[in-house]
Formats: sequence, structure tokens, C-alpha cells
Amino acid sequence: MEHSFIDRYSYLESFIHKLDPRIKIISFFSFILFVVLTPPTSWSSFGLYFALILFIAILSKVPLSFILKRSLVIAPFVLMIAIFIPFFKPGEVAGGYSFGSFRLTLTYSGLVIFWNVLIKSWLSVLSMIMLSSTTKFPDLLKGLEKLKIPKVMILILSFMYRYIFVLVDEVMRMKRARDSRNFGGSKFWQIKTIGNMIGTLFMRTYERAERVYVAMVSRGFSGEIKTIDDLHLTIRDFCFLSLIILYLIFTRLWVVP
Amino acid sequence: MKIIEIANLKFTYPDGTVALKGINLDIEEGESVAIVGPNGSGKSTLLLQLNGILRGEGTIRIRSLLLEEKNLRRIRSLVGMVFQDPDDQLFSPTVFDDVAFGPMNMGLSQEEVRRKVKEALEEVELTGFGHRSAHHLSFGEKKKVSIATILSTNPKILALDEPTSNLDPRARRHIIDLLKGLKQTKIVATHDMNLAWELCERAVILNDGKIAADGSREKILTNEPLLVKHGLELPSLSTASKR
Ligand SMILES: Nc1ncnc2c1ncn2[C@@H]1O[C@H](COP(=O)(O)OP(=O)(O)O)[C@@H](O)[C@H]1O
Ligand SMILES: [Mg+2]
Repeated sequence: MEHSFIDRYSYLESFIHKLDPRIKIISFFSFILFVVLTPPTSWSSFGLYFALILFIAILSKVPLSFILKRSLVIAPFVLMIAIFIPFFKPGEVAGGYSFGSFRLTLTYSGLVIFWNVLIKSWLSVLSMIMLSSTTKFPDLLKGLEKLKIPKVMILILSFMYRYIFVLVDEVMRMKRARDSRNFGGSKFWQIKTIGNMIGTLFMRTYERAERVYVAMVSRGFSGEIKTIDDLHLTIRDFCFLSLIILYLIFTRLWVVP
Repeated sequence: MKIIEIANLKFTYPDGTVALKGINLDIEEGESVAIVGPNGSGKSTLLLQLNGILRGEGTIRIRSLLLEEKNLRRIRSLVGMVFQDPDDQLFSPTVFDDVAFGPMNMGLSQEEVRRKVKEALEEVELTGFGHRSAHHLSFGEKKKVSIATILSTNPKILALDEPTSNLDPRARRHIIDLLKGLKQTKIVATHDMNLAWELCERAVILNDGKIAADGSREKILTNEPLLVKHGLELPSLSTASKR
């Protein structure tokens, strides 16, 4: 079956795409660090952070609409957590609602925290989207490995990347087989069938893992993971990183709140 | 020179299934041998014995090297195993990483690994596929990459499990032509009778964990009563060439 790319648009060839993955990882994570450490009332800083992401997005040629849509995916989760904050934070009252004897009050400090959570999570997500849509997943793994992330974690991520669609295929095939045999009947029966499917999927995955391990052992695998080193930093990478860091420091220190 | 010597090999799976019931088989260097037999006859099990993934009773020698713990590494680099499902064989994020996996484990230098990968991909006619991910390849391409992943380790023996299963006619043709061009000793487990006929000069019928017949392809693969008795059929190519 054909599948879309997890790392969609990472195959474009812009200036940003060609940067070393390590540089991009460090840049985008520094970005998040700076965003998180900025006081919520430092309005213009957030404007500058956004401007930076926007600039990188334009440079990268990744469609802005795609980035925006992706970034909204997490909105419901953030909102769910953040929506109650303004009502529960004590402080100067900004407004309120009465439902009979029950009174709901909105405070300014609560609103600021709400804004804080919202803008910071959104900027962070934008930054991660930019990283993942300008870096191929295998390169990202290479970069993380070079940055001394434990190899076991890299291996787990790489298996995930490789087998997620194989698994999806397996689920689709099972679903199709089930539906073509007139899936229906009582609720209890349906739940039981789904339970069996999950069990079968688990068994198949387990068996596949065994076969993959056999294939690895057959090619001399002895528990030690070796990878080839083919990343090269260029002057371009250093320039990019220094510029980003300088911009972030400038935004954080010199911009008047 | 005998490259594979199997003597009185018996194997029982942990669940009690007796899969091999005393196999005796010698294979000469450079020979291509088809192991044919119905499903469940023990073909895959036999192949998995060759590099010590499964260990049964009896002895196996590869290039006179007894298959035992201390020779495992050496033997695994001599026997290249291509599994039936390429999704099992290709487990890395990119084709390059997969083809490089064997050479890396052999401890070759980066330069050598790169060269091996390039050569192996050239050999299966997939030059330039290095950066691709396996899940974006066609089934036939996956199968070719699987072959490349073992060619890169320079094996002396190729053990292939159902190399043509699930392939469409054109991809099947490519794989057969590709395998024909490889000079290593080949041991091919299959029930694709035409594949056996085209690729191998010798055929071994395996049924119910025992060798039922062993001989030249002309002797075995044209003997219809024998084949039918063991759940197989005459390769259509063998009759075509007789006419
Ligand atoms: N992992 C396993 N555990 C138990 N029995 C198995 C296992 N794999 C295969 N078998 C059994 O061993 C026998 C030989 O199987 P196999 O070697 O896969 O046959 P073939 O490849 O010729 O179809 C069959 O009866 C099969 O059911
Ligand atoms: Mg089999």
C-alpha cells in the first residue's frame, strides 16, 4: 500500500533543508528554550519569535498553509488544559458571570497565564514542525545520535519509523477481512471481535519482531549498533546557528517588554 | 569441493513439531540447488539451520567449518540469508543503512562500507536508491534490496527462501535474471517449479521433514509421478523444452 510521508516536505531542497541536522536540532530546541524562558508580558518578544519562524518557513519553501494546519492539531489539547486557568487564578477581577448562586470570575493574572500557555505552546509546536518538515527522519536520527542521544532510543525510533506503516497495513488488512465477512451483530460480539483483532495484531507484531531479529543476527548483529558517520558541518551551518542564537539572545535581552 | 555438508540433521521446534527428520545433503561449491516441497515440509527450517539461527541434532559443515558456537560469526559471513518477507529483512530507515548493516557489523572501515553498498546496489540495478526508505519501495524493489543487503557482505553461499513469492511476472523475471547472474553457491527453497527449473541444475524434494528425492533437475523435475506424489507439479518450462 502507498503511504504519505511522516516527514512530509522534508524532501524539498531549500537552504534550510540542506543544513546539518545537528544544527537544526540545536537551533530549534534553543528556540523553544528561549520562548519558554520569556516572561508572558514581553509582548514584542513573541512578535519577534514569530517573525523568526515565519522567516525560516519562507526560506524553507514549505507551504505556510501546511505549517499552520499542522500547528492547529495540538490546539484542542492545549485549550483543554489552559481554558480553566483564567477562572481559577486569584487576582484582580477582569469580569465574571453569575449562574444563580454560583459565581465564575475571570482574573487578569489568570488571563496572562492563559496567554502564556497558549503562545508558548504554539510557538514551540511551530518550531518542531519546521524541524520535522525540513529534515528527513533518517537524518534527524543521525543528528540525534551525534548529539549523544542513547543508541537504544535511536534504534527504537528508527524501528518505529520503518514499521509503523507495515503495522498500519496489517491493521487495514485485518479490518478488511473482518468487514468483508459482514461484521455486525450484538455489541458484545463486536467488542469481542475487536479484542481478538488486537490480540492477533500483538501476536503478529511479536512474530515479526522475532523474524527481524533473526534477519539482523544473520547479518552479523551481535548487540552492538554501528552506524556510518556521514554528517559534515560546513561554514553555512555555523553561520546559521550563530545568527539564530544571536537573534534569540537579542530578542530576550534587548527588547523592552 | 564440498561447501555444505549436512549429516543426519534432525530438528524439533520448542512446541514439539518435528520439522526435520534426518537430513543428509552435500552441496558442491558453485552449485545451484533447489529445495522444493509443499508448504510446511521444512524448507525454511532447513535454511535457518545453515547459519545457526536454529540448531538441531546432527552436524553441519560450511567449507569444512563445523557449525558450532565459536564458528558462528565466520559462518554467518559465509552464508547470506535472504528471507521470504522483505519487510523482515529491511529494518533500517534507509536502503543505504540496510545494505550497510552487514558490512558495518563486519567491522569494515567507512570507506569500504560505502564502496560495498555502492557495488551491491549496482549489482541489483538500484543505483541511487540509497536514500530511499523501504516503505516507499515496490515489492519487487524491496526484494532486490534484500538481495543487495547480503551481497554487500560478500557471502560464498546464498540461501534464498521463496525468492519469487508475491512477485508480479515482470518483477519475478527481474529477480530470476538477477539471481542467474550471481556466481555464488545457491540454495533456493521454493515451490515455484519454473524458478527451480531455470535457476538450478539440481533439485531436492523435501517432504515432511525428509529428503524424498535428490538429483539433477532433468532427473527430478521431469518426473511427473514423483512430483505429484509429493504435492508438486511439473514445471511448465521443462515440458516446453522437450517439445
Ligand atoms: N516457529 C515455529 N514453531 C513451531 N513450529 C513451526 C515453526 N515454524 C515452522 N513450524 C512448523 O515446522 C514445519 C516446517 O515448517 P517450514 O520450515 O516453515 O516449512 P516450509 O518453509 O517448507 O513451508 C511445519 O509443520 C510448521 O508448521
Ligand atoms: Mg517457508
